[in-house]
Amino acid sequence: MSLRLLFLGPAARWAGTREVEVPWRPTLGDLLADEPEVLAPLRPHLASIRIAVNQEFAGMKTELHEGDEVAFLPPVSGG
Amino acid sequence: MVRITEGPILEEDAAEEVWGLDRGAVVTFTGRVRRLEAGREIEAITYEAYKPMALRGLDRIVSEARTRWGARVAILHRFGRVPVGEASLIVAVSAAHRREAFEACAFAVEGIKKDVPIWKVEYEKVDAR
Repeated sequence: MSLRLLFLGPAARWAGTREVEVPWRPTLGDLLADEPEVLAPLRPHLASIRIAVNQEFAGMKTELHEGDEVAFLPPVSGG
Repeated sequence: MVRITEGPILEEDAAEEVWGLDRGAVVTFTGRVRRLEAGREIEAITYEAYKPMALRGLDRIVSEARTRWGARVAILHRFGRVPVGEASLIVAVSAAHRREAFEACAFAVEGIKKDVPIWKVEYEKVDAR
């Protein structure tokens, strides 16, 4: 069972990749607590990053399922 | 109407979408890439969008503008490389009267800059010769 992590905007530079697959965790909170290696460089920025699961903003208690897309969204700068 | 596309965007395309016989006021905003960024000369900005969420975010802005001002809104946002001087964002708004059109346009532009998952990811420097 795995999850697809997406790093958008500047988060791709911090993470060193746009996209990666990691083993499944039951909730978003579990995923962040277990911190797969790829998330470590994001830690200094986490306070300002919003996280979306399957394109909906999510919280620590959000349940994750096989194949879910977890996107890390830094402060936006469009327009 | 909302669209996020690579390649040039045009004011008339947005304005066309908001045309209406009862809509006497049309306001168009164009955001273009400036030559100077933090004191440095640049050639272009590269934009990235989280497309599915960005489109939904733009849709929400359009809906709210309709609800709050009775305004019809069209939003075009460009992604990829946008050279200096070219438009990265166009917002066209129509309403019965000018006050609603101006206010809805300002609301839409602020909303896009604050809440929509789109980023400037690269500032291309001018080549030193």
